[in-house]
Amino acid sequence: MDYSDKNKTFSRKITKYILITVSVLFIAIMLVLPLVSVIINSLKEGIAFYFKSLSTNYVTSALGVTVMATLISVGVNTFFGIVASWLLTRFEFRGKNTLSTLIDIPFSISPVIAGLAFIMTFGRLGWASPVIDWINSTFGTDIQIVFALPGVVLATIFVTFPFISREVVPVLNSVGHDEEEAAALMGAKGFKIFRKVTFPHIKWALLYGIILCTARALGEFGAVNALSKTRGQTFTLPLEIDALYMSGSADSITASFAVSSLLVVIAVAVLVARNIVEYRAKKDN
Amino acid sequence: MYVELKNINKYYGKFKASDDVSFGIEKGKLVALLGPSGSGKTTILRMIAGLENPDSGEIYIDGKLVNNIPASKRGIGFVFQSYALFRYMTVFDNIAFGLEVKKTPKKQIKERVNELIELVGLSGMEKRYPNQLSGGQRQRVAFARALAPEPNLLLLDEPFAAIDAKVRAELRAWLSDMIHKVGITSIFVTHDQDEAVDVADNIIVTNEGRIEQQGTPQEIYKNPKTPFVAEFIGTSAKYENYGILKGFSNQEKINGALIRPEFVEVFKSDNANIESYLKYADDGIVESVTFRGNSVELLIDVKGLKLTALRSLERRKIEVGEKVKVLVYRLYAFDEKGVKIIENSELAGKETVKL
Amino acid sequence: MKKTLKGSRKVRVIPGFGLTMGITVTMLSTLIIIPLASVLLYSLRLSPKEFFELISEPNVVSAFATSISCALIAAFINSVFGLMLAWVLVRYDFFGKRILDGLIELPFALPTAVAGITLSKMYSNTGFPGGFLSGMGLDVSYTHIGIVVALVFVGIPFTVRSVQPVLETLDSQYEEAAYILGASRIKTFFKVIFPELFPSLLTGFSLALARGIGEYGSVIYISGNSAKNGTQVVSYVIMQKLERLDYSSATAIALVMLIISFVIMFAINIIQIRRSRRVNAV
Repeated sequence: MDYSDKNKTFSRKITKYILITVSVLFIAIMLVLPLVSVIINSLKEGIAFYFKSLSTNYVTSALGVTVMATLISVGVNTFFGIVASWLLTRFEFRGKNTLSTLIDIPFSISPVIAGLAFIMTFGRLGWASPVIDWINSTFGTDIQIVFALPGVVLATIFVTFPFISREVVPVLNSVGHDEEEAAALMGAKGFKIFRKVTFPHIKWALLYGIILCTARALGEFGAVNALSKTRGQTFTLPLEIDALYMSGSADSITASFAVSSLLVVIAVAVLVARNIVEYRAKKDN
Repeated sequence: MYVELKNINKYYGKFKASDDVSFGIEKGKLVALLGPSGSGKTTILRMIAGLENPDSGEIYIDGKLVNNIPASKRGIGFVFQSYALFRYMTVFDNIAFGLEVKKTPKKQIKERVNELIELVGLSGMEKRYPNQLSGGQRQRVAFARALAPEPNLLLLDEPFAAIDAKVRAELRAWLSDMIHKVGITSIFVTHDQDEAVDVADNIIVTNEGRIEQQGTPQEIYKNPKTPFVAEFIGTSAKYENYGILKGFSNQEKINGALIRPEFVEVFKSDNANIESYLKYADDGIVESVTFRGNSVELLIDVKGLKLTALRSLERRKIEVGEKVKVLVYRLYAFDEKGVKIIENSELAGKETVKL
Repeated sequence: MKKTLKGSRKVRVIPGFGLTMGITVTMLSTLIIIPLASVLLYSLRLSPKEFFELISEPNVVSAFATSISCALIAAFINSVFGLMLAWVLVRYDFFGKRILDGLIELPFALPTAVAGITLSKMYSNTGFPGGFLSGMGLDVSYTHIGIVVALVFVGIPFTVRSVQPVLETLDSQYEEAAYILGASRIKTFFKVIFPELFPSLLTGFSLALARGIGEYGSVIYISGNSAKNGTQVVSYVIMQKLERLDYSSATAIALVMLIISFVIMFAINIIQIRRSRRVNAV
């Protein structure tokens, strides 16, 4: 009896250590090694080359485009995320499930299709193309969407669309809407209720969503790839990385890893920020 | 009537939550809406508050039809079952919220909030957050918050549901005192009859969306008008063949009778005065004896009827299996239409037996 | 669903229903639905015959076969490792657990193109562990295995993060009870724990699958995109058609992809509705 119990604890421990070892190995090989590999590859030609490849006109332009597209899409999606979360958690209405499924569409479709969708809407064959032509000829503007910055921004918004609401909705659902109801009964207006009652509950989830949305927006590739053709003008950092890598020379491949290392640093920063936010949110409760 | 409901009907899908509900409440009274869960009491409260709309019927507050007046303009204070305190605001800010919304000057807000904090006995806790308070303290904050904007009508949804049984009795007394002190007309919802009897001036009993009876706790207890009320209030058991008991006979059209433990008296068979009761007392055998804290509960088999009786601990002890004499003073007999009280005919005209 | 008879208005005490509904529907339509509908609109111009000809081109069929089979295999691998990782992260305490937990989201945070080029480099003949593996006769880069590796990379967070919260709420008393009743640990796992986790695992599998079938950035470098070797994925083929301005083909393929995505999303929804029903019933 005693013997078999000891045996059981022993086999428990063995299982535990095997599982932990396999998990750590899996993460190390599948996730950590690629990070290390980017850094090693980026420094192949030395530090001077590393900084030189980061300071080309192409890279600085791509950085500008990336930052702009990211800021706009994070702004738009934060606004949308808050509004949609309020709608989906504070009210009962028919079609609520459908609406929430539709918001999640960008999660499950290929980013390339997102790019295609904007081409088919605003491109030469798209139904909205004559509308834009008309606007341009009437107002003397020169608005271009496809293969121009607006297209890049739209594509980035598309792929990150559900990020904020996906983080905020579960929090608002678990908090319940008693507090808002109580505030409304006392005659408070919508914005005051949101600011004073709702916002403190969702601030961490919101920040978390913004962090994820930022990471995704910075790194979006497929959708933007379909909509952006001019290196040095409408290229984002991932597109610049692609261009350098595909040009094939050893130098430019190293340069592409150098640019990648920027995004790796951001990715790690995002992970750290995410963990801090999660920790603070837990502490707050 | 300060609050008046006229022919209110309300459906949720096919479920009828309110079935032709009409009642009135006098100014300054504390009224309980009492009923089992799903009986429609909370729906009534929420309709008075303006949190739900009736499908048909009229609601008046202070003589004014309020059906089309939004909840926030009805001049009501609402205490939620969960209290719904603002978790990210201090006690002070919670209570001040309703006044801030009304754009009351800062100085006045401060005065009013401090006055209320004093009233509910939470002085020194202004800066605390709800999660730093006990259940009872939270209820006090919720109460103060509801009162702050000086509503004309206070509505409370199961105000004691979230509180430990131990503190509940104390809080009941506190809330009832407080409401009478402030003098505000109040309606609260409860499924607990003790709570309703303890706290309320008036009780409205609801069942399956209908109002069964309205009256003072005494009236409801002593003169139940419907079988449901008779059964729901107090503890009682149902008997069909009550006519075999001495002093009662089965009557026509009566479906059965309810007997409460306090209607049943038990004597030991060697009682000194036993001779004088034999005419109207039955023989019974004690099946179980359960200690109930302040009394003993006896389950007695009388000619096949299982009667429950309570017996003071001061009286002589009764054992399981003992043969005893059982006297039933009265019972509630009911048919489809209503309830009537039937007194033991043998006892008629006599004083209740005093031992 | 609450239905009201007699057209009685529903009270919405909390303000903002109309406003938030208006904004949500408007933004959702302009930014997501209308652009996607344009794809549908364009592909509807094709006759059924044209449509089927376009999607039955050999390289298109091969791309679908590659994308779906590799995504299935990767999702399966991710389910196994995801379950294990979730288990280790929830049930064991060990040094570095927090870091391990924090790393799970890396594939969400790392741009797919960066993942793509570095995986491609790592698993090429000159990289590590690619050089080592090809020494053993196992080529990863520019093969289906490479595609699976990339899809395992991007898909792992989905399965871990689907299972983890469910495992956290699963009361360990539950399995202790089974264990005390004399069930062996393996039996306890498969009879008591696994059925509880299965719906969430299935959700994670479906999410990883959906992501895998549409994946582009992380795959296109390691796959080599060779029509001859059948290592082109669907997203790559769409992009190729776009570059050749062959919009008819691109939209036709995209439509099939959209249908596949919707079917998977629908399945996920059903799993989740079922689960919440079951949980609520308990």
